[in-house]
Amino acid sequence: MIDISILDVFPVLLKGVSVTIQVLVLSAIFSYLIAFIAGFGRLSKNVLVRKFTGFYIEIFRGTSLIVQLFWFYYAIPMLFNVQVGSELMAGVLAISLNYGAYMSEIVRGSIIAVDKGQREAATALNMTRFQQMRLVILPQAVRMMLPEFGNYLIQILKATSLVSLIGMTDILYHGNMLRSTNIAMAPTIYLLILVFYFILALPLIFLTRKAEDISKKGVASS
Amino acid sequence: MPQVMDKEVKQGVQQDEPIVKYENICKSFGDLEVLKGIDLDIMPGEKVALIGPSGSGKTTIIRMLMTLEEPTSGNIIVNGKNLWKMNKNDHLVRANDKHLRQIRGDIGMVFQHFNLFPHMTILENCTTALIHVKKMEKKEAEERSMKMLEKVGLGDKFDAYPSQLSGGQKQRVAMARALVMRPQVMLFDEVTSALDPELVGEVLEVIRDIAKDGEMAMILVTHEMDFAQEIADRVVFLDNGVIAEEGTPEEVLEKSNNERLQSFLHRFRNGNGV
Ligand SMILES: Nc1ncnc2c1ncn2[C@@H]1O[C@H](COP(=O)(O)OP(=O)(O)OP(=O)(O)O)[C@@H](O)[C@H]1O
Ligand SMILES: [Mg+2]
Repeated sequence: MIDISILDVFPVLLKGVSVTIQVLVLSAIFSYLIAFIAGFGRLSKNVLVRKFTGFYIEIFRGTSLIVQLFWFYYAIPMLFNVQVGSELMAGVLAISLNYGAYMSEIVRGSIIAVDKGQREAATALNMTRFQQMRLVILPQAVRMMLPEFGNYLIQILKATSLVSLIGMTDILYHGNMLRSTNIAMAPTIYLLILVFYFILALPLIFLTRKAEDISKKGVASS
Repeated sequence: MPQVMDKEVKQGVQQDEPIVKYENICKSFGDLEVLKGIDLDIMPGEKVALIGPSGSGKTTIIRMLMTLEEPTSGNIIVNGKNLWKMNKNDHLVRANDKHLRQIRGDIGMVFQHFNLFPHMTILENCTTALIHVKKMEKKEAEERSMKMLEKVGLGDKFDAYPSQLSGGQKQRVAMARALVMRPQVMLFDEVTSALDPELVGEVLEVIRDIAKDGEMAMILVTHEMDFAQEIADRVVFLDNGVIAEEGTPEEVLEKSNNERLQSFLHRFRNGNGV
């Protein structure tokens, strides 16, 4: 009995995998991008830039992702008459801005954590500020960021399931649809959904481990 | 022919004039007045040892020349050019990064805690500024760096990372890294004081070697009095934010009557100077 229902559920959920992965990849790319922009913004010499980025970060960390998602999908288009675009755009935008805000703190913290003697040595070698950042500070800071970035990647994967609420046909969406027509299958459906997400998370967990290794090797204190 | 004239004057400057001139330099950190009017000339090729009690401002003096710290007032002149001030619309204004960069290329520094780049190999530590700052071909940069690494006795370590080296080896790499840039003035900030005693000798040996080559001016902040006596042309004693005594090593370390200097040296010779 159960075997048959699993075989029924599996291909349905499989239809959602590509959407989940699509949202994951796009959100990850934009989250990291935003994290770097906001992280540098927080370190800017310009007070206005610093204040503005700080404001953005607090707003997005201080409110819930699901509400932000609804804002981008429902509220903003109506209020300002701007089309955020497709569900995909709204979903990726909400997730990226939310996780970008969190991860910007990692970027900022890692850059600050690089020993100040490193910058001084780079100055003594007459590097420009930009060269100091690119050749000396960032390579060390990124090594510190990697493990945390890996952890957030897994969290972003889990957060992608929220896009089912704005009608995107991801794994959870297909599962919910199936359940609504066949409530008896609910346990099987949600068990399989867990398994799907876990399998998707496995390579990310592996990546995070790798990142931790790299990070340990990269920055021994001088 | 103004350009030719200019050139002649410049050559004259390099021979007779100091390469570095501190003019009435004061420096405060908040309410703390660390330097209270320093006048100091360094001639090309001259080796100057800077000594003085902890907190007297030795490190601050050389950090200002390396552009790591800005003087509160006074001028630092390098090769006839004002380091911390520049001309803008006929006014002297605070130097910007570009101005500092034009001048500090003549200056190099070795730090107490080495400050090697941990994510680069020993060779990369040496070549990176040659390639990116001096725009040298990678091959040429590597050749020059390998020669320098051999000179400091670390030719075989070129592809190791700093974390794989001893303190003495790290400091020798730091010196090679600074030397390949061929500065006219090299600053040393207590480069042996973070080392285990048995590693001090190998580092001093390298400095002795560099000093013998002659043409590079050196300012050494040091607590190694015997070493200062051995290689310095001039010893400068800093106390309470002013230069309290200066002269040949013999004059300062042996014949001075300055009481503060006497008691400072006395503390050292009894082995608890640091
Ligand atoms: N960035 C800073 N902010 C505040 N105070 C500082 C700073 N740098 C140095 N000082 C203070 O200035 C004084 C002189 O410092 P400096 O490091 O130049 O002394 P020093 O002669 O090199 O001493 P030491 O022999 O211990 O290295 C000290 O009292 C120090 O605490
Ligand atoms: Mg000092």
